[in-house]
Amino acid sequence: MTAIRPAQAPDLAAISALDARLTGSNKPDYWQEMLAPERHFLVAETGKGGLAGFIAGEVRAWEFGQPPAGWVFAIQVDPKTRLKGVGSALFEALAGRFRQQGVTRVRTLVERKDHLILSFFRAQGMVAGPSLQLDMELP
Amino acid sequence: MKLQTATRLGLYAILELARDPARTLSSGELAERFGVSTHSLAKVLGTLSAAGLVQGGRGASGGYRFTGNRRRITLMDIVSLFEPAPGNRAPEPGEETEIGSALQRVLTEIDEIAEATLRSVSLETMLRRPN
Repeated sequence: MTAIRPAQAPDLAAISALDARLTGSNKPDYWQEMLAPERHFLVAETGKGGLAGFIAGEVRAWEFGQPPAGWVFAIQVDPKTRLKGVGSALFEALAGRFRQQGVTRVRTLVERKDHLILSFFRAQGMVAGPSLQLDMELP
Repeated sequence: MKLQTATRLGLYAILELARDPARTLSSGELAERFGVSTHSLAKVLGTLSAAGLVQGGRGASGGYRFTGNRRRITLMDIVSLFEPAPGNRAPEPGEETEIGSALQRVLTEIDEIAEATLRSVSLETMLRRPN
């Protein structure tokens, strides 16, 4: 069983380091902001109390015209602890919090070429949502 | 995404003609421009003509010109002339099984995203930003 609990300030260094290692971008301020009370920021602990992974999300209403839904902003699992259900446990814990807030949909954005995380969300039952993401480089 | 040859040629032809609606090009000239056979292009131009998007084409050297509205016509309008509409296709054998319908949900998702993209790009948009 994976122990899941809310992230706290002392977790930020490990969260930031794990994310930087996996994504190549260091963004401690962003993770600091995830501790805001309206957000859900959860960590999974290893048996020894270390960081196995984390997930962050928030319920947002009428974002892009869509009724309230739980948005998953980020999820990372330490490669050493993968394939043991840590990601699924984090996802289920976050989904439980979304349900408690009364929403019935969960939503996320994934880089189209990030097949690992795409297949993770697919395995949770997610499919293409009603929106298409568009963007451009500002001239 | 792979388009059928006729669809690709239809898009080539309509975009080339729509670049300058005053200009007339024969199927031979269009075929040469894209390095394809005159025969297949003539067939495609017949379809575009029947849909009222181009006019002309009498005789072997007859030219075609664009008669549609560049701002209104989308890539999907052209694609749907040559490819069966996702909703209108005949059911494939096995589709009613549990596995068949699970596969169909994935294929429908892909079709819907592709259609949204094709439907959102007008000929005008394509010709303004050829990249």
